[in-house]
Amino acid sequence: MAYSDKVVDHYNNPRNVGSLDKKDPNVGTGLVGAPECGDVMKLQMKVNPDTRVIEEAKFKTFGCGSAIASSSLATEWVKGKTVEEALAIKNTDIVRELSLPPVKIHCSVLAEDAIKAALGDWKKKQGEAEAKPAESATSAH
Amino acid sequence: MAIKLPVYFDNHATTPVDPRVVEAMVPYFTEKFGNAASRNHEFGWKAEEAVENARGQIAKLINATPKEIVFTSGATESTNLAIKGVAEMYREKGNHIITQVTEHKATLDTCKRLEKYGYEVTYLPVEKDGRINLDDLRRAITPKTILISIMYANNEIGVVQPIAEIGKIAKEKGVFFHVDAVQAVGKIPVDVQKDGIDLMSISGHKIYGPKGVGALYVRRKNPRVQLAAIIDGGGHERGMRSGTLNVPGIVGLGKACELCQQEMAAESEKMSRLRERLKESIMSRLDETFINGSMEHRLPNNINISFAYVEGESLLMGINDVAVSSGSACTSATLEPSYVLKALGVGEDLAHTSIRFGLGRFNTQEEVDYVADRVVETVSRLRELSPLYEMAKEGVDISKMKWVAASDSH
Repeated sequence: MAYSDKVVDHYNNPRNVGSLDKKDPNVGTGLVGAPECGDVMKLQMKVNPDTRVIEEAKFKTFGCGSAIASSSLATEWVKGKTVEEALAIKNTDIVRELSLPPVKIHCSVLAEDAIKAALGDWKKKQGEAEAKPAESATSAH
Repeated sequence: MAIKLPVYFDNHATTPVDPRVVEAMVPYFTEKFGNAASRNHEFGWKAEEAVENARGQIAKLINATPKEIVFTSGATESTNLAIKGVAEMYREKGNHIITQVTEHKATLDTCKRLEKYGYEVTYLPVEKDGRINLDDLRRAITPKTILISIMYANNEIGVVQPIAEIGKIAKEKGVFFHVDAVQAVGKIPVDVQKDGIDLMSISGHKIYGPKGVGALYVRRKNPRVQLAAIIDGGGHERGMRSGTLNVPGIVGLGKACELCQQEMAAESEKMSRLRERLKESIMSRLDETFINGSMEHRLPNNINISFAYVEGESLLMGINDVAVSSGSACTSATLEPSYVLKALGVGEDLAHTSIRFGLGRFNTQEEVDYVADRVVETVSRLRELSPLYEMAKEGVDISKMKWVAASDSH
């Protein structure tokens, strides 16, 4: 199986690996996927409540190289964006950037889910009621 | 000593052809190119002589007689011929076949096809160690049973089935016994007499012979097994397998069997020593690693390990200068993790983290040490990246968590 250069690069040099304090009211945590499905992503973002800008993003991923690359890329993309801008990121953007083959599209779906789940958690902490639960964020792939 | 990269540890998938085998084959492509079925000239006689010599070399390795060896294009064809051939020939006697769940797809899919044609197939489960339960087998046999098909050793986990015991039961009940011995022949002693085997599939390329050639052992007495052919034509191989014989391939398969016979004892000792070294070196340095399948009843060249919290394909990507296989879903076309590991009761989460190491004749201790270091280093790196490892270290019981899968189609 051949991986694109960008997937290999993210796999070899993953950006923003780590964890943020999940008790911090400004940190949103998204944990999506399932071990029996072969991929689990944890994405955390620290958001400035005044500017709604994502100041920090960290991830940890159990999954194939494409799953690791998708989540690594997601952290790169969300940093510096506002919550609304980050929520507009689509899995298809990730597919395009990483040249993911059809069998790996679910990795990008998971990354989009993780962004939505983390920001949903942040909104809940901020008392914003319209937060959508992660499971309804995406349909199928 | 410097080692050559990439390192090949995937010898259950295929093996390199032994240079001595290549040497034996070469003349049969060029000056001795005859058709073994040409009865009236020197070219044909030379080819026929070579084929008969190979038949003898194979028979000797498995304690059969040369006339009991039928050449095929490979073990998949051998298995198809054995199962379909018996099914058709003995249809009036019965329509029931017994096999087991961790068989190779050549067996499972052949049985599935026969089910479409009205045959009944029992798929025996396996125990946690990967072996069938003999009482299950006894209970499954009915007056309608015509064939038992059980593999000698499994291609993913190397687990060796209780073949001699199964052979005994088959004989008692008057049921034919087919064995897929692709992974076992040439690696451990296989004796069709002692093991009570009636039909046995053999492959060339798993034993340092060429691809595209295999054989089926078909017992000729006590009892005599008759087969309906699945390939019709010129009536080669006693009518059991038509088609011009692949003489160079057959010469190669014969030579490969001869070498296995001569070197099996020493080679098997070397394989277990290297395998133990690999296993120790990896498992003593990493926590939460699990061996899949019985260690006691196992091929000397196999080890299959699950590395909890590290997905198999990402591990393969990290050790990209080492050729091994994973039971991870991501490495399969179906996105399903290994059905073999599932049958053992290995959870899907751990099945995704499994790696199969298959050692072979040309592997060295230096390679073992290199692979072990690469695996330990990559697993450690990926665990740093793994949210599951982090949670496990924090004391979270991952199996009790509620997971939100991304979609419905995993």
